Amino acid sequence: MSVADNIIAAPAKPSSGTHGARVDLITVAGMIAPGARVLDVGCGDGELLRLLAETRGADARGIEISREGVSASMAKGLAVIQGDADTDLADYPDDAFDYVVLSQTLQAMRRPRWVIEQMLRIGRRGIVSFPNFGHWRIRAHLLVRGQMPVTESLPDSWYDTPNIHFCTIRDFVELVHELDAEMERAVALDRYGRPVRVDVPWWFWNLFGEQGVFLLRRRG
Amino acid sequence: MTKHEKAKAFDLTRREADEPTSPVVRFGPEAPLKLVSGAVLAPWQCAYQTYGTLNAARSNAILICHALTGDQHVANPHPVTGKLGWWQTMVGPGRPLDTDRFFIICANVLGGCMGTTGPSSTNPATGKPWGLDLPVVTIHDMVDAQARLIDHLGIDTLFAVAGGSMGGMQVLQWASSYPERVFAALPIAAAARHSAQNIAFGEVGRQAVMADPEWRGGHYLEAGTRPEKGLAVARMGAHITYLSEAALHTKFGRRFQNRTAPGFHFDADFQVESYLRHQGLSFVERFDANSYLYVTRAMDYFDLAADHGGVLARAFQGSKTRFCVISFTSDWLFPTAESRQIVKALNAAAASVSFVEIETDKGHDAFLLDVPALTATVRGFLDAAAKARGLPVAS
Repeated sequence: MSVADNIIAAPAKPSSGTHGARVDLITVAGMIAPGARVLDVGCGDGELLRLLAETRGADARGIEISREGVSASMAKGLAVIQGDADTDLADYPDDAFDYVVLSQTLQAMRRPRWVIEQMLRIGRRGIVSFPNFGHWRIRAHLLVRGQMPVTESLPDSWYDTPNIHFCTIRDFVELVHELDAEMERAVALDRYGRPVRVDVPWWFWNLFGEQGVFLLRRRG
Repeated sequence: MTKHEKAKAFDLTRREADEPTSPVVRFGPEAPLKLVSGAVLAPWQCAYQTYGTLNAARSNAILICHALTGDQHVANPHPVTGKLGWWQTMVGPGRPLDTDRFFIICANVLGGCMGTTGPSSTNPATGKPWGLDLPVVTIHDMVDAQARLIDHLGIDTLFAVAGGSMGGMQVLQWASSYPERVFAALPIAAAARHSAQNIAFGEVGRQAVMADPEWRGGHYLEAGTRPEKGLAVARMGAHITYLSEAALHTKFGRRFQNRTAPGFHFDADFQVESYLRHQGLSFVERFDANSYLYVTRAMDYFDLAADHGGVLARAFQGSKTRFCVISFTSDWLFPTAESRQIVKALNAAAASVSFVEIETDKGHDAFLLDVPALTATVRGFLDAAAKARGLPVAS
């Protein structure tokens, strides 16, 4: 089965309540059914959760490692727990959520595979967005300069980046197959976070998508 | 303290036990308090302080639960010591527990010594202080007593219940016993049960009190005396557990008191000794030794999971309360792991829970101190909860 078979058009942009929100977050929000129970893993200051609560009526919860992020989320009225997803996801019961979201955090996990397994245990569906290390700029950077790329969206040097597990869209798709999860939707985002709307083979996305956003579903 | 000052403090505390400076609700024989032990208390009374104004909808009340050696004097000078209220950093106009917007209530706990029925209160059957004849009370009993006070004040649902340490235990008990009456809960530096180590510390304190000949089997008040030495030692030991090694080191190090070299004697040679002795002495001025026995015992018996078949999550099943659990990195008396147990149980019960571990070297006592991350977190949580409850937000 080719990956392209699973890739469908990006969802329409929600019409209201998203003013000022990051475009990639709007894409993630568009994958979530109204009124769902959502856990955002590595929720930062709670911007996505706030968006989900306001535009999708979601029961939105989060885990965040920084105390400042948790306090900022709580001030938005969100229920967020300070903790380390690399270990604390084990404490959540099975099927506790409809969706578990990893928005731009997978690459910072010590155990990304374990985290994705956990997300599909805790939630029936998982949404993962991550920077695509297969993007042509990154490839070009490595090819031409022979150095780890430092770009606008990945601004840290190799020695102080929190991103310790980069992957490409192709790598991620392989992992999804290994975990025997179903890919319900896949979207590539351009450098501005907008969905790449053209209908192209996925290797094109692996080259031209700056970010991948995947909606996964546990089989069975 | 001079002999005269001592006698004055003695009289003041004796008076506060039965006829407190605070407002007090007296429950007669027709309104008994049934205790977990099976004993029944009647008549009994509950002393409390309030700050701010209850709104017309009676929806803006926050109950503060005090810790082991605290009392209802949260934000006013203490009637015995004259010292500032114990939570002035958190309670007041424009503070996180904003008295301009919220109606703040704090009751002296059952078993306490500041006007709610406790061992130093007069036993109506004998006309003498209860002493050890008072039935042993639990955290559950303390909360039931507070619920009766809240009934008396005509409040159905509390906007929030907040408290640190033993106060946090009461918050958890409130959320478990009266889930529909608690909109938001803030257990700070708390635990769902007293650990073996904490029971052990409690026992050292109790033994120190009871080893003082002036304790007289608990009948010291009739003799016009108090086991001051024993209670002071109990307080000194306990006070160490409220701090952290780092905080003690920063504050005192190995510095000598008023000298630069060892004095080769057993007076308070080190600053840290002098500090602890002062803590012990100022404590006995305002606190009743038998109350110390009763209230530490109540903490020992607290085990919320045990009350629910050993499964803590069952204590919160179906709860609609929003929880804000807070711990401190250097707290070794109620360490973060205890708070995480609470969070885990709340998650398993699908309750709305936020959790923050605040970085500080101030130890367990951090909940009482001016810790900016604590005030900011409580403020953010309460303001968002107020918005959700339709209460005015900060101007």
